[in-house]
Amino acid sequence: MLEIKNLQAGVEGKAILKGIDLSINAGEVHAIMGPNGSGKSTLAQVLAGREGYEITDGSVRYNGEDLLDLGPEERVREGFFLAFQYPVEIPGVNTTYFLRAAVNALREHRGEAELSAVEFLKLMREKIQLLELDESLLKRSVNEGFSGGEKKRAEILQMALLDPKFAVLDETDSGLDIDALKVVAGGVNHLKRADNAQLVITHYQRLLDYIVPDHVHVLVDGRIVKSGPKELALELEERGYDWIIEEQSA
Amino acid sequence: MSSESEVIDQFVEQEYKWGFYTDVETDTLPPGLNEDVIRHISAKKEEPEWLLDWRLKAFRHWQTMEEPRWPHVQYEPIDYQGISYYSAPGAKDKDRPKSLDEVDPKLLETYDKLGVPLHERERLAGVAVDAVFDSVSVGTTHQEELAKHGVIFCSFSEAVRDHPELIKKYLGTVVPYTDNFFATLNSAVFSDGSFVYIPKGVRCPLELSTYFRINAAETGQFERTLIVADEGSHVSYLEGCTAPMRDENQLHAAVVELVALGDAEIKYSTVQNWYPGDEDGNGGIYNFVTKRGICKGDRSKICWTQVETGSAITWKYPSVILRGDDSVGEFYSVALANLAQQADTGTKMIHLGKNTCSTIISKGISAGKGQNSYRGLVQVGKNATDARNFTQCDSLLIGSRCGAHTFPYIEVKNPSAKVEHEATTSKIGEDQIFYCNARGIETQDAVNMIVNGFCKEVFSELPMEFAMEAQALMDVSLEGSVG
Repeated sequence: MLEIKNLQAGVEGKAILKGIDLSINAGEVHAIMGPNGSGKSTLAQVLAGREGYEITDGSVRYNGEDLLDLGPEERVREGFFLAFQYPVEIPGVNTTYFLRAAVNALREHRGEAELSAVEFLKLMREKIQLLELDESLLKRSVNEGFSGGEKKRAEILQMALLDPKFAVLDETDSGLDIDALKVVAGGVNHLKRADNAQLVITHYQRLLDYIVPDHVHVLVDGRIVKSGPKELALELEERGYDWIIEEQSA
Repeated sequence: MSSESEVIDQFVEQEYKWGFYTDVETDTLPPGLNEDVIRHISAKKEEPEWLLDWRLKAFRHWQTMEEPRWPHVQYEPIDYQGISYYSAPGAKDKDRPKSLDEVDPKLLETYDKLGVPLHERERLAGVAVDAVFDSVSVGTTHQEELAKHGVIFCSFSEAVRDHPELIKKYLGTVVPYTDNFFATLNSAVFSDGSFVYIPKGVRCPLELSTYFRINAAETGQFERTLIVADEGSHVSYLEGCTAPMRDENQLHAAVVELVALGDAEIKYSTVQNWYPGDEDGNGGIYNFVTKRGICKGDRSKICWTQVETGSAITWKYPSVILRGDDSVGEFYSVALANLAQQADTGTKMIHLGKNTCSTIISKGISAGKGQNSYRGLVQVGKNATDARNFTQCDSLLIGSRCGAHTFPYIEVKNPSAKVEHEATTSKIGEDQIFYCNARGIETQDAVNMIVNGFCKEVFSELPMEFAMEAQALMDVSLEGSVG
């Protein structure tokens, strides 16, 4: 489904990703772990199409297409989704209106009829229960005044509404208490199917107790230095990242 | 290549859809301004002596005045002798049309193109329209139905002819002919406009609306609107404006006077979409307008709502004099300065009566090379016990070549006054746009969504029929403002 080959990218001449190779198939959950500054979030942003990153080498194939050739909104229409580490506040724009615009842009692309306000509300009520979100949030402006936990749950609500084929979750666990973490993980697991895939980016192993990955990759200084089964995450939790870095330089 | 030029044409049309010119026969005075021109205008309109005298007094006063230089706008000096002060559709010798059926079909077509059908059979639901083309009113709809309720809604010229006592009583009582450079010029040369009178206790059954259109080249438009709401009456009034695209600047110096007697309420909404000029600042309308209302009676209310998307330069401060006790003044404004547009706009709330209350919500949007200034005065007089004002002044910036400025003035002479001022400036951030993109929403749609969200408080004050229009207009005016 997603095939990253020798991906190199940076900002203002400073290399951040120094050759990433990663292959993800439908039905799989991959986790990327790594210390701060290793390039985890850059990878997420580059995959989502954020401007300002120079891609200096490598390729990303997504369902056979060149992902990097598509604009960010086109990627979404092809089933790509990024749950933001820091969801952005948009004052004055009603959350329901925003979500409906997003869903309808996707439906239009697929040649489906737009959802009316009533139809959309019905769909949203169904999804909102999954995330145990308060309905009053939907009347507020996008992410404005949301608590950290509400923002993260709202991201997964958006994921549920857009039903992506491939989702990247960028540190979705940061700032969540254990109860909120369970809710978010429950939501993500609920969306998991044999025909979609997820890439979970996290600093801590904690999230992976609830979203169990098939593969764990360790990102250090812009490269994947180690990959393994889910047990690798536990080992990282116990031993930290230093031993891998040492193993690398040895 | 024809396909390429088609694309370009489409693009230009998108930028300003109302820029066409109607080729009608006109009766236009040669450029220039002197007492003879004023006499000529007055004679053409068969005005009574007292009105001519008033015009001449204004003109003589105007000659002693200087153009204001304090607004935060820049433009080449205006050659007041290079402007024609009167232009009317229809040949010189022909009488003015008696009914809409006698109006030149080309004119009716013009208004159809603008989305303002004048024929009552195609009428806008529940809206009576007075259409002003260059210097004169070309037709007012629904007059009969309004007359049933005693409501007078007609062109200013007709009002002078048919209701001279009302004009004499109220003309210049809110904006005196000595008021300011542009208002004084208007008092001397005003050609037409609308007049509204709502009798005691009547709730006007229709939305009233005037549609202004500048068509002729090198003409100024100087219309004058007077609305009088008698005790306990209620009226909602909307004006819309467009003009053809021309390389030269055109002057629009209008005056609007509102009078609300005891317990009366006037709601005045403007959707101003004069041609803004191009992105290098060529052409466009100079919109130098004086709008003021007086809450004369106790418990009266005046509400100004304006959506200003057009004009090369906007200079206007719709104001309320709160004379009656417990009177209420409100000002809701959205001003967009895109391309090379400059806007210096705001309001004055003059609290004189006891327990008076005013609200100012101003939303300024700057894009392109636009410069947007909010200028507002809140004045509380000695005797205005327990006056309250709340001002909220928000600026939104799109891109990095535009500017937003705020000039609030507060003068309080009564210690019991409560005056609050809140101001914010924000920029549509790349991260907001990217967030929308990452949800599948295109950049232009994202900008429109954010801007409309920013303006929502003001749009919701517009009459329902026009709130959607305002939003659509904002979308069109913002096209190409990013990327």
